[in-house]
Amino acid sequence: MSAVGRRMGRLEDRRLLRGLGHFVDDVNRVGQLWMRVFRSPHAHARITSVQTDEALALPGVEAVLTGEDIAWARPIPVRTRTKHQLDNFLQPVLARDRVRYVGEPIAVVLAEDPYLAEDAVELIRVEYEELPVVLDARSAIEADDSRSLDGFESEAATLSMGYGDVEEAFRSAAHVVEIEVKIGRHSGVPLETRGLVADYDAGSDHLTIWGATKVPHFNRRVLSQMLGMPLNRISMKKSDAGGGFGVRGEFYPEDFLVPYLARETGRPVKWIEDRAENLVAANHSREQVHRISAAFDEEHRLLGLHDEVWQDNGAYIRTHGVIVPDLTLAMLPGPYRVPAYEGVAHVALTNKTPCGTYRGPGRYESTFAREHLLDVAAARLGIDRLELRRINLLETSELPHTRPLSTLGTDVVLDAGDYEGLLDKALDRSGFDGWEKEARELRAEGRLVGTGVGYFLEKSGTGPYEEAIVEVDPTGSVRVITGGASLGQGIETVLAQIAADQLSVPPEEIEVVHTETDLLPDGVGSWASRSTVVGGSAVMLAAKATAEKALRVATTMLEAATEDLRLESARVRVDGSPDKSVSLGEIAAACEPHSGLAEGEESGLGARRTFSVDHMTYPYGVHLAQVEVDPETGGVEIRRYFVAYEVGRAVNPTLVEGQLVGGAAQGLGGALLEEFRYDDSGQPLAATFIDYMEPTAAEVPRVETLICEDAPSPDNPLGLKGAGEGGTVGCGAAVVSAVEDALGMPGSIKALPVSPSKIRALLRESDRAGSTAAEAASFSS
Amino acid sequence: MKPAAFEYRRATAVEDAVDQLTELGDEAKLLAGGQSLVPMMNFRLVRPSALVDVAGIPDLQYLEPHDGRGLKIGALTPHRWVEEMEDPELLEGFSVLKRAARWVGHYPIRTLGTFGGSIAHGDPSAEWCLLAALLDAEVVAVGSGGERVIPASDFFHGFFMTALEPDEMIVEVRFPQPAPNAALQEFARRAGDYAIVAAAVTLDMEDGKCRSARVVLGGVADVPLRVPEAERVLEGADVGREAFEEAGREAAKVVDPPSDVQGTSEYRRDLSAVMVRRALEEAAGDVG
Ligand SMILES: Cc1cc2nc3c(=O)[nH]c(=O)nc-3n(C[C@H](O)[C@H](O)[C@H](O)COP(=O)(O)OP(=O)(O)OC[C@H]3O[C@@H](n4cnc5c(N)ncnc54)[C@H](O)[C@@H]3O)c2cc1C
Repeated sequence: MSAVGRRMGRLEDRRLLRGLGHFVDDVNRVGQLWMRVFRSPHAHARITSVQTDEALALPGVEAVLTGEDIAWARPIPVRTRTKHQLDNFLQPVLARDRVRYVGEPIAVVLAEDPYLAEDAVELIRVEYEELPVVLDARSAIEADDSRSLDGFESEAATLSMGYGDVEEAFRSAAHVVEIEVKIGRHSGVPLETRGLVADYDAGSDHLTIWGATKVPHFNRRVLSQMLGMPLNRISMKKSDAGGGFGVRGEFYPEDFLVPYLARETGRPVKWIEDRAENLVAANHSREQVHRISAAFDEEHRLLGLHDEVWQDNGAYIRTHGVIVPDLTLAMLPGPYRVPAYEGVAHVALTNKTPCGTYRGPGRYESTFAREHLLDVAAARLGIDRLELRRINLLETSELPHTRPLSTLGTDVVLDAGDYEGLLDKALDRSGFDGWEKEARELRAEGRLVGTGVGYFLEKSGTGPYEEAIVEVDPTGSVRVITGGASLGQGIETVLAQIAADQLSVPPEEIEVVHTETDLLPDGVGSWASRSTVVGGSAVMLAAKATAEKALRVATTMLEAATEDLRLESARVRVDGSPDKSVSLGEIAAACEPHSGLAEGEESGLGARRTFSVDHMTYPYGVHLAQVEVDPETGGVEIRRYFVAYEVGRAVNPTLVEGQLVGGAAQGLGGALLEEFRYDDSGQPLAATFIDYMEPTAAEVPRVETLICEDAPSPDNPLGLKGAGEGGTVGCGAAVVSAVEDALGMPGSIKALPVSPSKIRALLRESDRAGSTAAEAASFSS
Repeated sequence: MKPAAFEYRRATAVEDAVDQLTELGDEAKLLAGGQSLVPMMNFRLVRPSALVDVAGIPDLQYLEPHDGRGLKIGALTPHRWVEEMEDPELLEGFSVLKRAARWVGHYPIRTLGTFGGSIAHGDPSAEWCLLAALLDAEVVAVGSGGERVIPASDFFHGFFMTALEPDEMIVEVRFPQPAPNAALQEFARRAGDYAIVAAAVTLDMEDGKCRSARVVLGGVADVPLRVPEAERVLEGADVGREAFEEAGREAAKVVDPPSDVQGTSEYRRDLSAVMVRRALEEAAGDVG
């Protein structure tokens, strides 16, 4: 039976569940110093002086570093390709004359232990002149608040894309529907915070770093440039990771400071972010306002879409550049037939934590805006909301569908799919008719129960390439080395499954290594649901090439023709001669120089391969929800939740389900609970887990899933589509759809998250309106 | 999130704890379950010069009958013990404590956190503080001047402020009167969070009429707030939804709660009305 497609537990769990994992905080180097960051307490201020002598005088403090000490350091560069000029908006490693958000690093301390380091930070004296703050993206841009940002323009970039004659579409429309919605500022908050350990060997001028995740190879390049060190003098070492979600693993100020200070002091340096730091320092995401409108003809067919987006990007442009608004616009039309489209996004700088990507970047936001628009349109046009979607979903015969849009440097070409087919399957499998019927019955009893839908189009498998090495050693042990990284997603298992089929070795026996730049100096990393799709394809190519070499070498060893050989159970066998075979280990031994058995072959059994791909692949799916609103408290209970997802081919269905359920937990958090709010002076109000409310096991409903494998991607050998983000993307849409259905108030919810306080406010308003209407009615009768 | 330096001591008996507190001075603090104190120390919101750990003092973990019909709870009794209370005699008058226990944080917190610690901490929405105020509990404290008994009505002074002297340790909390018709209801957005609003009530009923009632609200002021206006509505009224709703509305009218990330002042007022009504329903026996 093939390993690809098999349900199996994570191979990683063999060590993780026994407490044998190695996380960055498990790394301790002899003589290490602990780094602690002094962070700005103000959202916007001029720094007039920084005094460090008291901190330095504390016994056990080795060094204090301020922005002045590294005035030469370049700001942190953008990782993703962009045509926008963003240089003016990048974050410096340490602020010098101005701070722009609460939490911005101003100085760091190195001390013998983390307690002392924290004591010392309290002794750093900084004087500020406070400045007015900018906290709202749209009004900042409209009021042109560039003066208060002092030299920073409030609009860092304006993106626009589209095609077709949108004006004409709206002019000739039978119906136009417009809404304005906001997506709250929230983010991926991995339970394991960021951290880094760096050890510098002066003798060989070599830096070794633990704790890099997501894009270790890229971060190594940045570090090489910033430190002026050759690439191959920097080694990134693997560690386990307790979550990433797009946030962890990017290059942050600390990613420069820790290695730099290790080199400067000649002592290992360790930094483990604490939760209070994490909530203000690591990337936030999502905060956008959409003014979105749709034009329909008489038959409710979409003629055009228009969206204007205000993105609150926080104080700086970080490594992601403007990728979030870019994806927002490029993915906005979703799975629908949209003859004309125009999207404009204003990227505003504000005095809040800078933003980056978070699981489903741009899609969570645009899916919510578009699906909500369709719900409101259905209500206004008096048509069933599912019917409205069916009318407008692209048909299979229309795929592949090229949209004159591009994002992440590639054109948007929607590959294989059966959008309506998936909807039918999802409705059928979930029993959605029954959910609706039940909701109607309960509403008739006076309860506020409703159902909701969020259809989404995903993108995954971003190129341009990934690297992989497969090696078999003379004992027969197989090792796969990937350019991807582990964030806890199960990549070791999935890549082992892919290699297993090529080599006819059980996946359990294959070791998968990631984030080891000494073993594989190039890689693109783990983001954008790409590691299985692109990384897995590279592994497949490398494993296949390894198997082919094994067969080639075996022809000499077994004195048989290639056609007669087959690889089975880790041995090459000769057809028809059951006792003639060699093991992969024996072949590997034969591949050693001087064996004389592998003439003309490079030494060693294995191969390094690159898989390149131009286009992304576009999975799709639907979220369905049934909720009950408590009219008295405004509380929302999710009674049922269902995610159907087209994945092309599921390498490991269990892990795909895990991704969908975990993704939904995060998406539902953003829909109902999680929000980084600020007070009027720019102080964060969600700086602990009391106020930044991640859903706990008690709040996450049972999530049912349906994995579809009906539309394999034509863009890679296994037909894979990525599965990391689809569980998140549709949550905002489905929850709001269901809550409004429960309330019987389409279009009433203008912002995520939907808090009980807001629902109560809505109900209070409608009570008042209701009683005024009743009064009016009683007057007129 | 590492605490500032402090000295750590362990006490073997109540007198020992009090002696050490006296010796160490005002900046020293007792450490019980650590479920409120340690997080605050990690944020450096409090910086005690020394901690006197009382967790190892024997014989302060109990739930026992007090003076005939009452209940006394040892200061070091974990929340979880209250939740698991089974003695039918105690339950008859004090099942409200058991029913309210599930609202106190999460399971691990209930296993470590102590009854006395919660009272000493004095959070105005803590379940035990509300019930102490509701049921006229008595806080028994021992200090360098000996033992004194502080009525709950004099005990809570403001956010995390109580009548305790720096050298005093709570050893026991007494509930003198059984309250068979008492209930606590609350609302939070997540399981285990402190309530946005909590209401604790008692009803004294006879022949379908309410003789008297007590209403205490949490989450709306800096102490557990008694609401006599709502109590007056209930006095002499027919037991039932109409009176309960009226009491809720009255409570909502008189409170002036703060706004924060959890909700606006208006929202808390709405919740006050609902929680009071729901608690009254539960107390009257309408709801299990
Ligand atoms: C995530 C989380 C959620 C929580 N949710 C709730 C909730 O919903 N409701 C709720 O009520 N509580 C909640 N708590 C708090 C919990 O109930 C604590 O256990 C309780 O508040 C304090 O008890 P403790 O024994 O842990 O005291 P400690 O934390 O050890 O001490 C608290 C304070 O009381 C003092 N103190 C302790 N014991 C005594 C004593 N015998 N005499 C004098 N002073 C003393 C200490 O010096 C300190 O100042 C939560 C805690 C957490 C971490």
